[in-house]
Amino acid sequence: MKIRDAIENYTFVLPAVTIFSVFYIIPFIWVFQLGMFEWDGISFTRVFVGLQNFKEIFLQDSNWWQSMWNASYITLIALTFQNILAFMLALACDREIRMKNFYRVIFFIPPVLSEVVVGMAWRFIINDIDGANIINRMLIGMGFGNLAHNWLSDPNTALTTVALVHCWKGFGWGFLIFLAGLQTIPRELYEAARVDGASAWQSFKKITMPLMVPVMVLVAILTVLGTMQVFVLIVSLVGGEFAGHTSVPVLRILASMRGSSRFGYACAQGITFGMVLVAISFIQYRFSKKGH
Amino acid sequence: MRRRGLGIILFLLFVISGCCPVSVDSKPSISVWHWMTDRDPAFQELAKKYEALTGVKVNFELYAPSDAYSQKIRAAAQGTNLPDVFGILGEKRDFASFIKAGHILDITSYMEANNSNWKNNFFPKALAVNEFGPGNSYGIKPGIFGVPIDIMTIQMVYNKKLFEQLGLNPNRPPKTLQEFLDIGVKIRAAGMQGLVSGWGEVWMIDCLANNYAFNIMGKDKVLATIRGEVAYTDPDWVKVFSIFKRMQDSGVLAKGLVTMINKSAEQIFANEKAVFAFNGSWCVNVYKGMNPSLEYGAMLPPAASSQYPMAIWGGAGSSFMVNARSKNKEEVVKFLIWLTDQDQQAYLAQATNNLPANKNSLTKIPEILAQFARGMDYATHPNVWGVSEFSLVIEAFDRGIQSIIIGEKSPEQVASDVQKIKEREMAKKRAK
Amino acid sequence: MKHAFYYKSKKVAINTLIHIFLLSVSVTCLYPLLWMIVSSLKTQDMIFKDISLIPHQFRLENYVLAWKEGGFGRNFFNSIIYTVSVVFGIVIISSMAAYAFSRLKFMGSKFLFIMFMAAMMIPIPGSFVALYVLLNKLHLRNTPIGYILCMINVGLSTSIFLLKTFFDKMPKELEDAARIDGCSKIGIWWHVALPLAKPVLAVVVVFNALAVWNEYILALIIFDNRQFMPLQVALQTFQGEFVTNYPLLMAGLTITALPIIIVYLLMQKYIVKGVTQGAVVG
Repeated sequence: MKIRDAIENYTFVLPAVTIFSVFYIIPFIWVFQLGMFEWDGISFTRVFVGLQNFKEIFLQDSNWWQSMWNASYITLIALTFQNILAFMLALACDREIRMKNFYRVIFFIPPVLSEVVVGMAWRFIINDIDGANIINRMLIGMGFGNLAHNWLSDPNTALTTVALVHCWKGFGWGFLIFLAGLQTIPRELYEAARVDGASAWQSFKKITMPLMVPVMVLVAILTVLGTMQVFVLIVSLVGGEFAGHTSVPVLRILASMRGSSRFGYACAQGITFGMVLVAISFIQYRFSKKGH
Repeated sequence: MRRRGLGIILFLLFVISGCCPVSVDSKPSISVWHWMTDRDPAFQELAKKYEALTGVKVNFELYAPSDAYSQKIRAAAQGTNLPDVFGILGEKRDFASFIKAGHILDITSYMEANNSNWKNNFFPKALAVNEFGPGNSYGIKPGIFGVPIDIMTIQMVYNKKLFEQLGLNPNRPPKTLQEFLDIGVKIRAAGMQGLVSGWGEVWMIDCLANNYAFNIMGKDKVLATIRGEVAYTDPDWVKVFSIFKRMQDSGVLAKGLVTMINKSAEQIFANEKAVFAFNGSWCVNVYKGMNPSLEYGAMLPPAASSQYPMAIWGGAGSSFMVNARSKNKEEVVKFLIWLTDQDQQAYLAQATNNLPANKNSLTKIPEILAQFARGMDYATHPNVWGVSEFSLVIEAFDRGIQSIIIGEKSPEQVASDVQKIKEREMAKKRAK
Repeated sequence: MKHAFYYKSKKVAINTLIHIFLLSVSVTCLYPLLWMIVSSLKTQDMIFKDISLIPHQFRLENYVLAWKEGGFGRNFFNSIIYTVSVVFGIVIISSMAAYAFSRLKFMGSKFLFIMFMAAMMIPIPGSFVALYVLLNKLHLRNTPIGYILCMINVGLSTSIFLLKTFFDKMPKELEDAARIDGCSKIGIWWHVALPLAKPVLAVVVVFNALAVWNEYILALIIFDNRQFMPLQVALQTFQGEFVTNYPLLMAGLTITALPIIIVYLLMQKYIVKGVTQGAVVG
C-alpha cells in the first residue's frame, strides 16, 4: 500500500521530470562542460582550459561586472516602481468600479506588443529628431525646459529611461498575477471585517497584505528573472551597450558568443550569471519566509 | 477526462505528421540557405529560370533575421546538416574555422579553370574577401572559398536640398575634414542635424575610425598595429580618436548619434531631417522605399590628411559558400557560375538595387549606385587584411569612441585604455 | 441625510481619482497599439512623414499583402497548433507536478522543486546549439514534435512555480472532504484542485501562449522546411536586414497580436471570477 502510494505520488512529477531531464539537464551539462573549454562554436575540436574562463570573468572582465550592476539597477527599479504600480492597478481593478473590464484588457496590451513596436513607439515619444519628442515638449510646456534633453543618449539618464520603458512593458504581468491573487482572498473575510467596524485601510492592512505576501514573493522573483535577462528592448532602444552604460549580462554573453566567437567563455558567463540569480532568488525567498 | 486529453494530443500529432509530405525527386536538386530578405523574391525568380533551363531544382530557403540565421548555420555545422550552398555571417576568423572543420569547399580550381574564365568576371576586391592569401595568419591553405554575389561600399551621403539651404554647392561635397567641420558650424547655427548613422550598433563607428586610420597613417601602419608592432597610444592613433571629438565639437554630428540605430538613421536621412549620413550602398534601396524624391549624392568621408589616400570599407556584400560535404558539388558549382554570370547579376542588381559582383554587369545602374560603385577604388575591408584584431580590443576601441563623443573620456585616455587591453590580449596569446 | 451625502461625495471623489490614475496609465498602453494600427494603414513613405495618430490613409490592402507575401496562411495554422499543444501540455504537466510539490509527501520532492527553480534562473546561452544537437540525435530535428517538447520544457519551471504558490494558498478542506469520499489522488487533482486554481491556470495559459506564439529563433534553427515554421518566422521577413517594409510589418504585427488578445479576453474572466465561485460550486 505504501509503495503504491509512493508510485502514485511519483507519477505526478514523472512527466515534468522526464521532459526536464532530456531537454534541460542534458543541454545544461553540455554547457557546463563547455564553460571549461576554449571553443569558437564552429570547430570540431576544443581545448580544455579548466577554470581559466571563470578566472577571467572574476578577475579581469570589468565589462561583465558593469553589465551585472546595470541589470541590478534596472531590476531594482522594476522591483519597486513596476511592482508597486502593478499592485495599485490590481487593487483598483479588484474593486467594484466602472469600466474595470476595459482596464483589465488595456493593461495587458504592453506585454502583448512586440519589442520592435515598443522600441519604435517609445523612441518616437522620447527622441528629438526621429520622433515627436513628446516628453521634452511636455517638460518645456510645464516650464521645466532646462530638464529637456536627449534621454537615451545621455549617459546619466540612458539606463533609467530604458528601465522605465521596461517597467512599462512588464507591469501587465504583475498586474495579472496580483489580480489572480486578490481573487483568491475570500470575500467573506472583508464582510466580516466590515461588520466588526474595520476601516478600508485596516482591512487592507490586516487581510489583503498578509494574504498577498506569497504572491508578492512570486511576482518579485519573476520580476528579478525577467528583468535581469532583458536585452531585446535595449537593442531596439539604444542599439546596444552604449559605451557600457546600457550593457546587460545577456548582451555580454551574446558578444562573447557571436562577436568574439568565444563560445566556451560565453557558457562560463552564462553559468556565473545563473549562479548569481539563484543566489539572489533564494535570499529573497528566505527573507520573505522570515519576514512572514 | 484525462483520456480525452491524451486523445487530443494524439490527434494533434496525427494532424501535424500528416502534413509532412516526403518528397522523392530523381533529378538533382540544390538547397541554398540565405538570410537576405530583400533579395529573396529575386532569388526565387532566378531559381525558376534555372529549373526551366537545366531541369535542376534550386531551393532557396530564407532564414531571417541574420542573427538567428547565423546561429542556425553554426548549429547545422555541428550536426553536419549544412545545405549545398550557404553564406557565413561573421568575421574572417569564423570563415577560417568553417574551412578548418571541413564545411567549405575550396573552389580555386573551378575559378581558375578555362584560363580563369569565372574568376575574371568578378571585381578582384569582391573576390579578395573570400580568399586566403599565401602565409595568412589563420593557417588556411591559400585559395578561394566563396563566391561573391554582390558588392557594397560604405560611404557618406549628403542631402542636396539641405546643402542649398545652407548656402552650399549641392554638387561639391566637402573634400577635407576641415571643410566638413566648417559645415558643422553652419548646421548648428541653422538648427539642423548633421551626420546620422547607426552608431548605437558600434560596428559603423569602427568602420569610420578605420577609414581615418588608413588616411592618417597608411595601411601598413594600421596592420602593424594589429600585429602588435605599433601601440594605440601612437600620436597617429590619438589623431584618429581626436577626429571624433572635433566632429562632436563642431556640431556636425546629429543629436543622439551615439545611441542611434541604423534603421532610424535611415528614416531621418530619408525624411530630409539630416544633412549627412554614413551608410552602406544598400541604403539606395532603403531611401528609395521611404522617400522616392530624395535628392542626395554619395561622397568619400572627407579626408583628414593628404599623406595617404582616404579608404572606405567595401568588397563582397554577400557571398555563397559550397558545402564540402555536398553530394553534387559539380551541379552546385555549375549553378553558382550561372548565378554570377553577367545577365543574372544584372537582373539581381536591377531587382534589388544592389551592386553586382560581376564587373561586366555594371552598365545599366542608376547614377547614385554608380557613385557607390566608384568607391570600390578606395575600398578595403578587415577581411582582406590577412590579420584580425582581437575582438576585445575592437570592442574597447568602439566603446572608447562612443565615450569620446559624449565627452566622457579624452582621446588620449581612450588610446591608453585600448592599448592596455591590447597588451593583455597579446600576453594571453603568448601564454598559449 | 447629510451624512449619507458626505459619504457619497467622498466615494465619488475617490473613484474619480482612481479613474484618473487608471485612465492615464491606459493612455500610455493604448498609444503604441494605435500607432501600430495606424501605421499599418499607411504607405512606406508616409509612415514617418505623417506622424499624427489620426489615419489619413486607409490602405487595408496592406493586410491582404502581408497575409499573402508572408505566406501567413500555413504559418498561422502551424502557430495555432504549436501554441495549443504546448499550452495544453504545460497546463497538464506543470499542474500535476505543482500539485505534487504542494500537497503530496514523497522523498526528494523538495530537491526536485529546487531543481526546477534553479533551472528557471540559469539561462543556457548555447542552448540552441545544444538543443539542435540533442534533437538531431533523437531524430526529432525538423519535426513539430521536437519543437513542441522543447517549448513545453521552456515554460515548465515558471508554470510550476506559479501554480505551486497558488496551490499552497488554497484551503485544504475541500480536498480532505473528497478524500474521505474515496476520491483518488488523480481525481482530487482533476476535480477539486484544478477548478479551484482557475485564476492562476488562466495566467499560466496566457503566459505560455504568449511565449510560444512569439517564439521564432528555436523554430528557425530546428526547422529546415518552411512548411513547419510558425507565424513569427514569416513576420521576420518584413523586417529585413536592410530594407524594412514598415506598413506590412505593422499589419503583420497587428494580425499576430490579435489571437493573443483573444486568448487573453477568453482567459481574463477566469482570472477575475476566481475561487469564491469555485468554492461555492465545489
